[in-house]
Amino acid sequence: MILTTASAVFPSITLDSGAVIAPVEVAYETYGSLNAAKSNAILVTHAFSGDAHAAGEGGWWTNMIGPGKAFDTDKYFVISSNVLSGCRGTTGPGSIHPETRCPWGMTFPVVSIGDMVRLQKLLIDHLGISRLLAVAGGSMGGMQALEWAVAYPESVAAAIPIATTARHSAQQIAFNEVGRQAIMADPDWNNGDYYGKRPPARGLAVARMVGHITYMSDESMRQKFGRRLRAPDQFEVESYLQYRGSKFVDRFDANSYIYITRAMDSFDLTERGALATLFEGVPTRFLVISFTSDWLYPAYQSQEIVSALRSRNCDVAYINLSAHYGHDSFLVEVEQQSEIVGGFLASTFQHA
Amino acid sequence: MLDVYGRRDYAIIGELVEPKTRVLDLGCGEGELLAWLREHKQVEARGVEMTAARVQKAIARGVSVYQGDLESALEDYPDRAFDYAILSQTLQETRDPLHVLRGMLRIASRAIVAFPNFGHWRVRLSHLWSGRAPKTELFPHDWYDSPNIHFLTVLDFEQLAAKQGWKVERRIFLSGGREVKAFPNLTAEVAVFLVSRG
Repeated sequence: MILTTASAVFPSITLDSGAVIAPVEVAYETYGSLNAAKSNAILVTHAFSGDAHAAGEGGWWTNMIGPGKAFDTDKYFVISSNVLSGCRGTTGPGSIHPETRCPWGMTFPVVSIGDMVRLQKLLIDHLGISRLLAVAGGSMGGMQALEWAVAYPESVAAAIPIATTARHSAQQIAFNEVGRQAIMADPDWNNGDYYGKRPPARGLAVARMVGHITYMSDESMRQKFGRRLRAPDQFEVESYLQYRGSKFVDRFDANSYIYITRAMDSFDLTERGALATLFEGVPTRFLVISFTSDWLYPAYQSQEIVSALRSRNCDVAYINLSAHYGHDSFLVEVEQQSEIVGGFLASTFQHA
Repeated sequence: MLDVYGRRDYAIIGELVEPKTRVLDLGCGEGELLAWLREHKQVEARGVEMTAARVQKAIARGVSVYQGDLESALEDYPDRAFDYAILSQTLQETRDPLHVLRGMLRIASRAIVAFPNFGHWRVRLSHLWSGRAPKTELFPHDWYDSPNIHFLTVLDFEQLAAKQGWKVERRIFLSGGREVKAFPNLTAEVAVFLVSRG
């Protein structure tokens, strides 16, 4: 597997809000080789806390991307980029404002899922690819896959939205708001102006702890932790959440947390019209996957997407996979997912 | 004659479907028939199947299958979305067969329906001689664990089609893997009907 880590800088990007970021940088990685016809490119889109490092050692979808895997790098050219407003190499609130020469902080403009996808489109154009074989991702990555199909239907042969929704629900917004409030309640947050000083580590860690609970299921937590003790006065699950919280602080920026969760919360394809109307005439093939134990992005949200697609006779495959890891299933449950995604991609590639 | 995965009714259906058409298979299992039709007839293939494990195999095969209940799945599709809606060996298992058939003829120009014939002489003899619910090769289940909840014969289907004003374009009867012509209500194990709204 050939791995390339790179970044591209574009003169400017105009956001849904009308704001302009100029210049804008995007960090990305690629795996495998682009064929001569440039017909084997797949964009994988990361979830909330992911980054461009999708495959290889420590990659967030390393069990799905590689030689012989679902996203077979012997056959396909896989691209992964960090989202706009992220903190892993792509322009975000922690980046330096070109005029003030200070970090943007909370002066960074409001970003949408559509803006993230617009930046990805700039990158794909920059790589000389006119049509992607597929866009695939779970959770927030799935929102981007849907956005691609709606915004650039002619540029994507197949979309694979996994464990996702066409619009964030009150419950999803509520959990994100708890995370944001945890950060903002930390005095070190200082209205987002903490760069070069002490970051709001406590608040960010608590936000991450809440997040982790929503990614698991009652059953997976029972199996993983039960009531086991780590110390006489500490449950295993407490220790685990604290560990995950503190590790997160090392690699994530609190302001990016705020911007990215807001982008997810504002995501609502139905604002642009009924879902079915949006999918009218979309030539993209869809593979929609949900997981039985995912209570954060429940199956009904995927079924809403699928129902709209079927009502317009779009080409859609759908499965509600049985897996007990909750929302995390899309990252963890690879066996069934690999068979499905691998077969779907192969047939799309063959008939594309 | 064709032979698709040893399933004779598949072979017949394969011959009934015109090339380059849009086909929906209701209760498509692992998508074998759809994959065959796509390969040999270049059809646009879609399926509906309830069991996740089968849907997984079907999608892995490259067929666009939707996991869901076929009776409610029919509702979502627009009118005339397909050229053919196929229901193979499932009609007798549906809760509301007439609703399913009407739904098929709403979303597709033609319906292809294959079902085991409850009027076959062996079924009649089994019932007559044993005095119990018939148990034959064709209907191997005990009454209490049978997936079949509606029993119909060739004549029953013909009558329903006439009453509903549907046009039977083709009727093919099979016994022991061979086509039979004479007295189909007695001799056919499996009946395949190609029906349109007329």
